[in-house]
Amino acid sequence: MQPRIQVQTTDFELSEEYQRLRDNPACGAVVTFTGLVRELVQGNLTGMTLEHYPGMTESALTDICQQAAQRWELGSITVIHRVGSLGLNDQIVFVGVAAAHRQAAFMAAEFIMDYLKTRAPFWKQEHTTAGSYWVDAKTKDQLAAARWHTSEAEG
Amino acid sequence: MLTVKLFAALRERLECASLTVDATGISRVSELKQVLAARSPKWQRELSHNDVLCAVNQQLAASDMPLQAGDEVAFFPPVTGG
Repeated sequence: MQPRIQVQTTDFELSEEYQRLRDNPACGAVVTFTGLVRELVQGNLTGMTLEHYPGMTESALTDICQQAAQRWELGSITVIHRVGSLGLNDQIVFVGVAAAHRQAAFMAAEFIMDYLKTRAPFWKQEHTTAGSYWVDAKTKDQLAAARWHTSEAEG
Repeated sequence: MLTVKLFAALRERLECASLTVDATGISRVSELKQVLAARSPKWQRELSHNDVLCAVNQQLAASDMPLQAGDEVAFFPPVTGG
């Protein structure tokens, strides 16, 4: 299975992506996740810039999708990640998985997001009324990704 | 030659996105780091952070990863996409 991987500055249309995932008679389940630019606790976000490592980004995302396809029986996968300038409430990331059954689709979508957050070379810089700051990596994201190693070790 | 790339906060703090380094005498990522750290105290400080990640030819790599002339080596802070 060849995943659909897109890294782009432009926005994406959820309904088009859903229709593409739906177009497989062997799949009875489609799970989609969309990540959005969220307001900060301080309430002073004016926008953000997403930097990435062209070339490595695409291969890292492909690798993550292939790992998901090895763990679960999947029909198709789409990952779209935006880069460049984004505003409040803009769509950042889309993960869509089609599978014969819902459990594989749910698990694979979560796995792909957890791995993307810790292994794909993207960096967020938040712009606020007080200045611009690179976002720090979060321990909870590392822990979320680590769960999948544990369950693998336990079989 | 080795091509070295830097990203995000590391690129900004070192005011450098890319440079080339003579590959002579450099057989591993850890040795490349030593050569780069010798450029200035700022390089020494920035590359000594424990959380700096490395990729060799666009694959995440550990500091004992072997290098050869022509390799592309990137250093960057922990990723924050998604």
